[in-house]
Amino acid sequence: MNPQHHNNGHDNKAEAPVDGGRRTFLGLAAGLTAATVAPGVILHTVSAAPRSEAVTDAVRWGMLIDTAKCADGCTECVKACDHENGLDLQVKPEGASEDLWDRQRAVWIRKVQVQDNLTGHVVNLPMMCQHCEHPPCVDVCPTGASFKRADGIVMVDRHTCIGCRYCMMACPYKARSFIHQVVAEKLTLAPRGKGCVESCNLCVHRLDNGGTSTACADACAASGHQAIVFGDLRDPQSPVSKALQAKASRQIREDLNLNTGVRYTNI
Amino acid sequence: MANAVVRGLLAVAGLVWALGAQQAAAGENFVTPGSKAAGLKNCVEDTNFMVRNHMELIKHQRHTVVHQGIRDSKHTLAGCIDCHVSRGADQKPISVYSEGQFCQRCHAFTAVDVNCFGCHATVPTTASGPARLSGEFGPDVAQTPAHGAAAQGNTP
Repeated sequence: MNPQHHNNGHDNKAEAPVDGGRRTFLGLAAGLTAATVAPGVILHTVSAAPRSEAVTDAVRWGMLIDTAKCADGCTECVKACDHENGLDLQVKPEGASEDLWDRQRAVWIRKVQVQDNLTGHVVNLPMMCQHCEHPPCVDVCPTGASFKRADGIVMVDRHTCIGCRYCMMACPYKARSFIHQVVAEKLTLAPRGKGCVESCNLCVHRLDNGGTSTACADACAASGHQAIVFGDLRDPQSPVSKALQAKASRQIREDLNLNTGVRYTNI
Repeated sequence: MANAVVRGLLAVAGLVWALGAQQAAAGENFVTPGSKAAGLKNCVEDTNFMVRNHMELIKHQRHTVVHQGIRDSKHTLAGCIDCHVSRGADQKPISVYSEGQFCQRCHAFTAVDVNCFGCHATVPTTASGPARLSGEFGPDVAQTPAHGAAAQGNTP
């Protein structure tokens, strides 16, 4: 049977070419209205357009990582981060040993395995910049290049970074990398170059262009583990806030009172 | 009558000269043939304004982009590169900062070395797109020794 013909049957009743378009539009409008009416969403309207106004502290980006769901041996988040930010374009400098390269190549997110030596209990977790409310890297930066954006993202302004690496020493999470060599290949959305320090920026280029997720969270969900929940910590209705409310979570090195934006459960 | 003819001829000659001068000026605008920009009448602003002020537009904006996340400006370095990059015979984009390419056409002449491309990509690149640099044009930054020297100064 010809579907075209079937449609025509309907068209006869309701003069359809115009009507169909209007129906689609009305349906879309209804959907949008519903989304706006939903509590919480109205404050954080998500548009696909690039951001036109300065970020504010009405939003604080953060994530909750369920270590029970983080699989041993899985590196999907690391791979996704590398691909998203062009870190997979790095090449070992000529003459550098494998050992040196392992220590010096830029890593924004890495898998860590922690073992309780008393019980033998092993926990897997991804470790990256924890986007502290009181970031030590910002405290120590002599030029103001290491800074915290109003929406809670801790990042490096490469225009002012002089590559002193003080922030790397201050960071309790070993989250930052220094670029030792000229970067021949980089992505338009993730500029990176020699002489600067860099770290996870919660895929800021995505967030500023209307995105609401990070590469690692997407990759973790796509791999079926769902260990990473990303979102707005200030919005009580966001999935990450709900998850934080529902489960006991911890900050790593909570003794430092940094109020990290990245939290972990089941550790 | 003869006067009128002479006047008419002079007017025509004047028009032809003006047109020729305009074309000559257009030929000197340094836009790389084959780039998107070559097919456009002018840049995001008037061409003369851009020649004089392109660095100001980007320099003052970088703070609002990095610190405030405002990314909807029509003046972006990514936009410059996207529009001004030309492509080789194999359709691979050629670095805007390599010899003879858009940025270098003036910057080599004026001996002004910029360090934009120590960090920023010199061709349009996306994580998944086909525009990733080919090996041939890859180490474009490494090929400019002046930049390498400048960057070395940064390294403690």
